Amino acid sequence: MNDGLANVLHIDLSRKRFWVEERSELFDEMIGGSGAAIRLLEEECPKGADPLGPENPIVLAVGPFTGLYPIASKTVAMFKSPLTGNLGESHCGGRSPIAIRFAGYGAIVIKGSSETPIYLAIHGGKVLFRDASVIWHMANSATVGRILREKEPGSGVRSIMRIGRAGENLVSYASVVTETYRHFGRLGLGAVFGSKRLKAIVISGRRSIPVSDMKGYRETYREIFELLASAEMRKYHELGTSMNVNPLNELGALPTRNLQTSRFEHAEALSGENFARKYLGRRVACAHCPVACIHLAALREPYESEPYFYKTEMISYDYEPIYALGSMLGISTPEALLRLMDKVEVLGLDVISTGVALSWATEAQQKGIVSTKETNGLKLNWNDEEQYSKAIEYIAAQVNDFFKALGKGVAYASSVYGGEEFALSFGGNEMPGYHTGPAAHIGFLIGSRHSHLDGAGYSIDQKAVANKIILTPREIVDRIVEEEAWRQVLSSLVICFFGRGVFKPALILLAFKAIGREVSEERLKRTGENILKKKYEFKRREGFSIDSLEIPERILQTETPLGYLSRETIREGLTTAELRLNSIMTRNIPS
Amino acid sequence: MVKRLSVVDVNLCVGCQCCMMACNRRFGEGGIARSAIHIKSVGGVERGFIVIVCRACRDPSCLKVCPTNALTRRVGGGVVLNQSRCIGCKRCVESCTIDAIFWDESVEKPVICVHCGYCIDYCPYGVIRMEEVVENE
Ligand code: SF4
Ligand code: SF4
Ligand code: SF4
Ligand code: SF4
Repeated sequence: MNDGLANVLHIDLSRKRFWVEERSELFDEMIGGSGAAIRLLEEECPKGADPLGPENPIVLAVGPFTGLYPIASKTVAMFKSPLTGNLGESHCGGRSPIAIRFAGYGAIVIKGSSETPIYLAIHGGKVLFRDASVIWHMANSATVGRILREKEPGSGVRSIMRIGRAGENLVSYASVVTETYRHFGRLGLGAVFGSKRLKAIVISGRRSIPVSDMKGYRETYREIFELLASAEMRKYHELGTSMNVNPLNELGALPTRNLQTSRFEHAEALSGENFARKYLGRRVACAHCPVACIHLAALREPYESEPYFYKTEMISYDYEPIYALGSMLGISTPEALLRLMDKVEVLGLDVISTGVALSWATEAQQKGIVSTKETNGLKLNWNDEEQYSKAIEYIAAQVNDFFKALGKGVAYASSVYGGEEFALSFGGNEMPGYHTGPAAHIGFLIGSRHSHLDGAGYSIDQKAVANKIILTPREIVDRIVEEEAWRQVLSSLVICFFGRGVFKPALILLAFKAIGREVSEERLKRTGENILKKKYEFKRREGFSIDSLEIPERILQTETPLGYLSRETIREGLTTAELRLNSIMTRNIPS
Repeated sequence: MVKRLSVVDVNLCVGCQCCMMACNRRFGEGGIARSAIHIKSVGGVERGFIVIVCRACRDPSCLKVCPTNALTRRVGGGVVLNQSRCIGCKRCVESCTIDAIFWDESVEKPVICVHCGYCIDYCPYGVIRMEEVVENE
C-alpha cells in the first residue's frame, strides 16, 4: 500500500520542472528519513560535486510514522556540506515533516539552480515556482516568514522554510529557519539554498493516512502517547535543554571563552532556571509532539529614540545557543545573550558555528594574530555584546576577506591566519557545547555529522563521571558506534531524539505492526548499521578519512570532569574507530 | 447529561495539533483530512494559537442555510450531518462565522464536530474539555 510515503517529489530549479517517482523499495529497505535520504543523496550527488553548484541536491525526507504517531516530528535534510565539503545532514522539526507527509510525499529532491531568486510553493500535488525578487535581500528572516504567511494558503497545516542574509551570501554555516524557531542549523543547508537562489519553500497538505489495523493503531497510539506524558519527558517541557547549563558548569564541562576554561562564573545568570523565572514567555511544540520543548523568552526593550515606546521580542533559547553565544563569548547577562541569539536567528546563521567562530576570532585578536585591520575596526573582547553584534552582521554580510574566511568556519579561517591550536573544529564542523571527556571529543571527530547527537559521547562521559569509572578508548568507540547505528533507525523514522527513551525496539515493532508492517528487531538493527555504512561510504567517496582528522590542541589544554585528555587516548580512539568502521564497511549487511 | 466540547483557556495551547490528529483517528486513520478541529497560530507561533472548532450553537446558522436539510439540530447544541442528504454545496461552510466547518475533499462533504469528546484525552495541556450543557437554557 502506498500511503504517500513512497512518493519522491523531484524538483529541477534550472528547468522549472517537477515530477513524482514512486520508490516503495527505497522506503521498504531504508525506512525513510536518514535512510532514504542517504540513498537519494548517493544517487543524486555526483562524486566531487561543488557544494554550492547546481549539481548538489537538497534532499528532504520524512518517515513512515510521520503523521501517524506522535513525536515522529523531524525532517531530515541531506546535501553536500559547504562547511565540511562532505556529508551534510541536519534535522528540523516545526511543522515541516507533517506538511511534507500530508502534502503526499515521503521525500523531496531539489536540484539545479534558478537564475533569479525564487521560492517554491508546494500545496499537495501543486508545485509553483514563484518569484522571490522582492524578498531576496530582505534583512530579517522573520519578516520573510510574515510575508509568505500572508501570501500563501494553508494556515496551520503548512511549513515555511526560508533563509536569511547569511544564506544569500553563501556563508558556509548559514541555516534554514522554519516556523521562526526551528532550524536546519548545522552544516550549511542555508548556503545551499542560497546558491540555488532558493529563498524559501512553503509546503502544505491535509491528507489522511490509512492504516490496516484501525483498532490496533488506536491502541498503540494511546500507549505511546501515555509514555510521552511521563515524568522523564516532562523535563524537556519544563526547563527544556537549558536545564543543562548549571549541571554542566558544576561538572566543569561548559566550554567557556573559546574553551580556555570549562567553568563560567556567570552560568547561573544564563541557566534554564533563571530564564524560566525571569523571561519565559511561552512554550510551543512541533506539530504532533505533545512534549512542547520550545522555550520562548520575552524580551521587553525600549526604543532609544522615543520615551515610553517598547517592543517585546520573543526569542527562542536552548542549551546550545546559550553555550555558543553565552559562555563561549563570556556574555554575562541574559538580555545581551538574547539579543545576540535574535541577531543570529534573523540573519539565518547556525548558532553553534557562529559562536565558535567569534570565540576563535576573539582569541586570535587578543593574541595579535589578527588586528583591527582584519576585523573591520572591531575590538573583539569577551562580554562585549556590541562588538559581537556587529561581528555577526559582518559575517552575514561578508564585509571583507577576514569575515569571508570566518564565514567558511574556524578550520578554514585558522588555516589562513594561524591559530589552529585553538580553532575548535572537528572534521570541519564547529564544536558543540560539551567538554565532558574523551567520549565527547572522539564522538565529534568520528561522528558522521561531527555532531554531539551522532553517538552522544557526552552522555557516555557523564555516566562515567557519575559511576566513577574510566573507559578504555575501545569501550568508548564501541558504545559510540553502537549508539550511532541505533540512532540511524530513529532518524529514519524521524523520531525526535528526545523521544528515544520511549521508542525502544519493542515499541517500534508494535507501532509498525499496527500500520501493517512486520519488522523484526534484528532487521531494524541491521538497517541501522546499513544506513551508517552508507553514510561512511559517501564520506569516504568525498575524501573523508579518520587518519587525517585534526585534534584541536585546545581540548587537551583544558581539564574535563574526567581529567586532562591526552592526544594518545584520542588517537587510540580514532584508530579503533577506523577498524570498527572498516569492519562495518566490508560486512555485507543483508537488508 | 448532554455535553459539548469547549475551550478552557487558549493561552495554554502549545500548538502541538495532537487534538487534530486525534479527531481524525475517530475514523481509524492518521492524518488530518477529516479533522473537525483546527489549530493555527495568531500570525506566528510567538503570539499563540487559535482553536477553531464548532461551539455547539443553540440556533445554528449552518443549519438554516442548508438547502437539503442535511443538517439537523443536535441535542446540546450544534448539528448532525446526514451524509446521504448533503449535496456538497458548501453553503454551511460559508455561513459559519468562526469558520468551524471544514471540508473533506475525498467525499466533497463538510466535516463538523459532533462533540464526541475523543480529542480531549489527547490534549496534553488541558486546553479543551467536555462541558455539560443545561438543556432548557
Ligand atoms: S520534543 Fe521538542 S523538538 Fe522534539 S518534536 Fe517535540 S517540540 Fe519538537
Ligand atoms: S454542504 Fe451539505 S450540509 Fe452543507 S449546506 Fe450544503 S448540503 Fe447542507
Ligand atoms: S469532540 Fe469529537 S468531533 Fe469534535 S473535535 Fe473532538 S474528536 Fe473531533
Ligand atoms: S492538543 Fe491541546 S495544546 Fe495541542 S494544539 Fe490541541 S488544544 Fe492546543
